[in-house]
Amino acid sequence: MNLVSQRWLNLVVSGTTLMVVVPVLVIFFSWGKGDSSIWSHFFETQLTTLIYNTLVLVIGVGVLVSWLGMKLATLIVLYEFPFRKHFEWMLMLPLAMPAYVIAFVFIGVFDFTGPIQTLWRSTFGDLPFPPVRSTGGVILVFSLVLYPYVYLLVRSALLRQGNSLIEASRVMGFSRQRAISKVVLPAVRPAIAAGVSLALMETLADFGTVSTFNYTTFTTAIYKSWYGLRDLHVAAQLASLLMVFVFIAIWLEQQGRKRNSYQQSSIKTLQREKISGLAAFKAIAFCSTVLLFAFVIPVIQLIVWVLEIWKDELTSRFFGFIWHTMALGLMAGVITLLLALAVNYRSRFSHSNWPKNFARIANLGYAIPSSILAVGIIMVYGWLDTKVVIPGASLLGLPTNTTILTGSLAALLMAYTVRFMAVASGPLHSGLQQLKPSLIESSRLLGASGPLRLKMIHWPALRPGILTAFLVVLVDVMKEMPATLIMRPFGWDTLAVRIYEMTSEGMWEQAALPSLVLLLVGLLPVVLLVRSSRS
Amino acid sequence: MKRIALTLAAVAALTACSQQEASNELVIYSARNETLMKPILDKYTEKTGTEFQLITDKEAPLLERLKAEGENTPADILITVDAGNLWHASENGVLASVESDTLNKNIPANLKSSKNDWFGFSVRARTIVYNTDAVDPSELSTYEDLATEKWKDRLCLRTSKKVYNQSLVATLISTLGEDQTQEVVEGWVSNLATDVFSSDTKMMEAVNAGQCDVGIGNTYYYGRLQAKGAAENIALFWPNQNDRGVHVNVSGAGKVKHAKHPENAVAFLEWLSSPEAQEIFAGVNYEFPANSSVPSDPLVAGWGTFKQDIIDVETAGSMQADAVKLMDRAGYL
Repeated sequence: MNLVSQRWLNLVVSGTTLMVVVPVLVIFFSWGKGDSSIWSHFFETQLTTLIYNTLVLVIGVGVLVSWLGMKLATLIVLYEFPFRKHFEWMLMLPLAMPAYVIAFVFIGVFDFTGPIQTLWRSTFGDLPFPPVRSTGGVILVFSLVLYPYVYLLVRSALLRQGNSLIEASRVMGFSRQRAISKVVLPAVRPAIAAGVSLALMETLADFGTVSTFNYTTFTTAIYKSWYGLRDLHVAAQLASLLMVFVFIAIWLEQQGRKRNSYQQSSIKTLQREKISGLAAFKAIAFCSTVLLFAFVIPVIQLIVWVLEIWKDELTSRFFGFIWHTMALGLMAGVITLLLALAVNYRSRFSHSNWPKNFARIANLGYAIPSSILAVGIIMVYGWLDTKVVIPGASLLGLPTNTTILTGSLAALLMAYTVRFMAVASGPLHSGLQQLKPSLIESSRLLGASGPLRLKMIHWPALRPGILTAFLVVLVDVMKEMPATLIMRPFGWDTLAVRIYEMTSEGMWEQAALPSLVLLLVGLLPVVLLVRSSRS
Repeated sequence: MKRIALTLAAVAALTACSQQEASNELVIYSARNETLMKPILDKYTEKTGTEFQLITDKEAPLLERLKAEGENTPADILITVDAGNLWHASENGVLASVESDTLNKNIPANLKSSKNDWFGFSVRARTIVYNTDAVDPSELSTYEDLATEKWKDRLCLRTSKKVYNQSLVATLISTLGEDQTQEVVEGWVSNLATDVFSSDTKMMEAVNAGQCDVGIGNTYYYGRLQAKGAAENIALFWPNQNDRGVHVNVSGAGKVKHAKHPENAVAFLEWLSSPEAQEIFAGVNYEFPANSSVPSDPLVAGWGTFKQDIIDVETAGSMQADAVKLMDRAGYL
């Protein structure tokens, strides 16, 4: 426990939690402020739609994501069929695809003016085609890029314990099929819950995708009350309502965890059941279809668009976008990882409740729509600048004619850290669960030194989690759009910023180049993830 | 103590990137697309050596940022599209009055603020586009007419979240009153051929492909499609020529109240109103130049002349919230 001085750890944990709490509190304190007529307008004309749409979206994405993720993970881990090994890693690829990219690509390909429907009309005439810009379309698009969260977590849970569970239940006389549905899947429920809750938090906070589809949710309403009605307070109030959904998602996840904790860790070579014939064909067809829609078609369309415009778009500024995107991702990745490690470590090995509660709070940032988070941070930093930093600087005789904290890299990195703490915590949590206090206790009693324990006990258990956490944060920061838009320091234009500027004007061909690059850059960590998942 | 000092040093290093000082520079907050700003800024840099720092974002976050930064703001110039946004910036007191003979001479009085704290530099019309195969121009007359039964399942619109539609509806409210405007907007919604689009470009492409017969959009989007050769089945129609005219809006700029380079800012604004700059500023985006002595781009000139209903900024700004609420009530998403 005392690898790091307890006092320092407590300070870091409290500081991290405060970083999440203060901007949110600023937002919650917006209640009672602002124009009450605007609020009552929202209450009368929008609120039922908002709640209904949000519920439909959350349930739709939740169901589809868990079905896809679970189905794919069981196929890949428990069965053997041709190309299985290739699918195993390829199915992680959509993790690199931002939802707001697949959104405009999907509409571009499948909507009325796109190639598919044009071909359809010339072949079938007026035979109706399912509407693309629809509720079903949004749910599908989200699920296609968010299922990897469930797939990855369920896959590693199955790898850890699937085989021994199947063996045990077969000894009890269960058929393999029955063993999977009755024993294995319930046992990996925490992994499913963790994956789904990550996917849902991302869905709830999304702005780019729903606005491309013009699907009204809390985030679009927040934006509307801000842009259209100029009332930041109402926007913040709506954000605090959105938080209720998030609390539910988190509560569900915690419930799932409570009832099932990881204990099994017998890694044996898995005995996969060989399937062939029609069953193998169905397995291949299923994996290919998912991959085709979530990755192959979007990438082909992006390439087609890029080929049309690359000569005008590929300027030296472009490499600046790539550099900024990488730099922000790396910096935020390291900071977030360290803080998440501190917070979750403290909460895992504590006899008192506060670290656990603090950890829970610190993980809420993921659900706060970035734009609102950004406003919260700007408000706080703006206040600090005016009241503390600038008076302080002028006392010291330093130049004071610009803002110091507001609009700084530090402010943006803080937004990223707050927002992606939960992303880092998920994978770390699983690793920490395997670190049993009794094990650490016994190693201490046996006289193992701190560094030795770190090397022999902590590191092996935490390593996969740390790697995953860092990579997922890196990818997410690189994809992050709203906070980057609002808070980026001068000159720090990223690929996401560029994509936003182009898609908001319907210039999808121009948005394709940064999207494709973002996808390629985003693939690097996914490739590492794939590699690390093999060992 | 050492660790604290190190931490502070790191924070200082991180924040240092955000503060830069140079005399020959200008910091611009722009809601106008970065691609559209680039040619004009490059030209000015080439002419004067002024270095630009450009931050582009939506209007509301930029305004919030200006307000939050207060007198510490690094911004010198705010550039934004839509009169409603300019009105809000002016109303929030983030802009400073600029008394300049050049600007007064080059920019007509109806395209600038009465307080001289912002100036319109280009003009765009929000007009009707129609599919030339499906619609005879004689069928078209006014914006209000698009709400009548004969356009059932034939109309395409962009989302009401876009400020251009909010300004259009705000001017409808000021001429027709709330009740009649509500009827018009409800009529539009019931005439929709498909869900509203997130951009004018996609809406016009849908009209071009025959998904719908008519739509309401900004002229420059049509210009862009035309330049790309992707507007073969659509044409522009100028509505309301027998009464108030076509809804016309501006893209404009003002000097930020707490500008750190006020002289540079004024010089830049003056240059923006000059024929040289006007040609680029309006031309790159197929807009009409605000300076009437400057000819439009040939493509734009080809659309012909029309009676304009230049937006009353007070109306657009002050009624924006009413327009949003009205569209919410009418079910216009």
